[in-house]
Amino acid sequence: MKLITAIIKPFKLDEVREALSEIGVQGITVTEVKGFGRQKGHTELYRGAEYVVDFLPKTKIEAAVEDNIVERALEAIENAARTGKIGDGKIFVYSLEQVVRIRTGETGNEAL
Amino acid sequence: MKTLFKILAASACAFAIGQSAFAYAEPQTSPASVASAPVTTAAPSMAAVETASTPAISAETTSTSVTTAAPAAVTPTVASTLTPAPTPNKGDTAWMLVATLLVTMMAIPGLALFYGGLVRAKNMLSVLLQVFMIFSVIIVLWCVYGYSLAFTEGSSFIGKFDRVLLQGIWDPVQASFTTAATFSKGVVIPEFVFAAFQATFAAITCALIIGAFAERAKFKAVLAFVVIWFTFSYLPIAHMVWFWTGPDAIKDAATLATETAKAGFLFQMGALDFAGGTVVHINAAVAGLVGAFMIGKRVGYGKEAMAPHSLTMTMIGASLLWVGWFGFNAGSAYEANDIAALAFINTLLATAAATVSWVFGEWMTKGKPSMLGAASGAVAGLVAITPACGFVGPMGGLLIGLASGIVCLWGVNGLKRLLGADDSLDVFGVHGVGGILGALLTGVFASPSLGGQGIFDYVTNKMSADVYSIAGQVTTQATAVGVTILWSAVVSVVAYKLVDMVIGLRVAEDEEREGLDITSHGESAYHS
Repeated sequence: MKLITAIIKPFKLDEVREALSEIGVQGITVTEVKGFGRQKGHTELYRGAEYVVDFLPKTKIEAAVEDNIVERALEAIENAARTGKIGDGKIFVYSLEQVVRIRTGETGNEAL
Repeated sequence: MKTLFKILAASACAFAIGQSAFAYAEPQTSPASVASAPVTTAAPSMAAVETASTPAISAETTSTSVTTAAPAAVTPTVASTLTPAPTPNKGDTAWMLVATLLVTMMAIPGLALFYGGLVRAKNMLSVLLQVFMIFSVIIVLWCVYGYSLAFTEGSSFIGKFDRVLLQGIWDPVQASFTTAATFSKGVVIPEFVFAAFQATFAAITCALIIGAFAERAKFKAVLAFVVIWFTFSYLPIAHMVWFWTGPDAIKDAATLATETAKAGFLFQMGALDFAGGTVVHINAAVAGLVGAFMIGKRVGYGKEAMAPHSLTMTMIGASLLWVGWFGFNAGSAYEANDIAALAFINTLLATAAATVSWVFGEWMTKGKPSMLGAASGAVAGLVAITPACGFVGPMGGLLIGLASGIVCLWGVNGLKRLLGADDSLDVFGVHGVGGILGALLTGVFASPSLGGQGIFDYVTNKMSADVYSIAGQVTTQATAVGVTILWSAVVSVVAYKLVDMVIGLRVAEDEEREGLDITSHGESAYHS
């Protein structure tokens, strides 16, 4: 099992969610985050005081998937989230030790 | 602080009881008749100056009881009319009640939100509470002793205790209420209304100051400072600029001289300040700037982000300020009349002009027009037109507005860097610079040659026949500005020092980091 974490541009959330649905990923967790990579921030000006804001709003999606669909999931996310412009984001893949469905107590692949 | 409060109130009461028991209104001894202008044409060299006044009430002479009529004083050449003591005009009274409400709204929530939106979220409540509390405390002190010291006859620097606890205004046994003079002979408003209107002025002036040291001051220290400053700076300056005995006793050169001699020091000098450029804005701004210097910069100033947390709130506050300011400016005419209308249109036009010039100015120099710029521009225009609104014509108002937008834009940028203090919410940059500019330009644009009212002569009851000297008037204005700055600065330095020694001005660094809302007030503005 793998945990896929994707940092994407916020407005791409719906597209990515639909793309994942189509390949059979049924649940995701979404968080609002701030961050930067190579995309520069912006400058804000309040009267005389100038602030350079490096942290840009992003959206983090986490989805736990079975090993055999990891490649398709990555492809789906990439295609849905890509704009071609700097700041599109990154995807991280972690190995998942254990997964439990709380309601039923199922574990492993059945819990996904 | 509480002890200080009690001592001040107690001594005020002691004085009052010692001096006069019930100094209530006495019948007017001379009519407020306008047909009493003498034939002499020698225009007095010091014409009675029409300023944003204070219809002054001396407990003995000019106040009137509603129920008695007065015999006419007869002058040989003019047929005098037997006029009853003037009763308040209902239209004027209604307007002044509304104006008082508008100024109240300016403070709460106008100023509170304007300032509140500009600080970080962790300090929002501290700002709201400081404004709300100062407003309330000063209203109380005003009614206890402030009104009396500002607006009764005493010396040219301060009044006396005739009106402590607002005594002498209402006599329930006689069912009489005293009246306050306006700028027109024979026209009065209820004295309670005048006292209430002026109370809101004192309160908002004191609340303005806190913007300069927002996000780091001890709440107790703020309250203590404001009480001292109100007593020793606001009251004397209000008395000096606005106190006079009213127009009704002025009939000839002799009475002009005697009545003028009773007026406040700067009033006597001929300084023009319709609604409070000096008394309110310069006065408060200097106190703020001194405070910013003495309290020191915020932790992390210049390095950490201290951006406004809600310019939405700031815009709401600025809008409430603009709308309320019509009460502040046009209400300073004390009547619902043409002068009020003049002040009204100037308040509309100058503010709009200042908004435009600030926004365009920042658009050109910084690249983008901003909401904060527009809100600041509006306030700058309002401040600058305050001393001028009842004296200058609309074109003068327009020019004052345009100028203030640009000059105050510099005030919060270039000047701020020059001064080097952390004036958190730009109190000096907007109120100080705008107030000084407005006060000086009042001297320019009040000139009849530039569409202004000129100086009003209460002997002839029209515009003074003397040639209006712009240079002369601007010099007078500058003197008034200088006196105000100096007086406010000295009082402020002493008051801050005193409070620092007894209470301490600033919160601890870790409290400042965590935010005043939690550490000083145990509350959070937003739960996210």
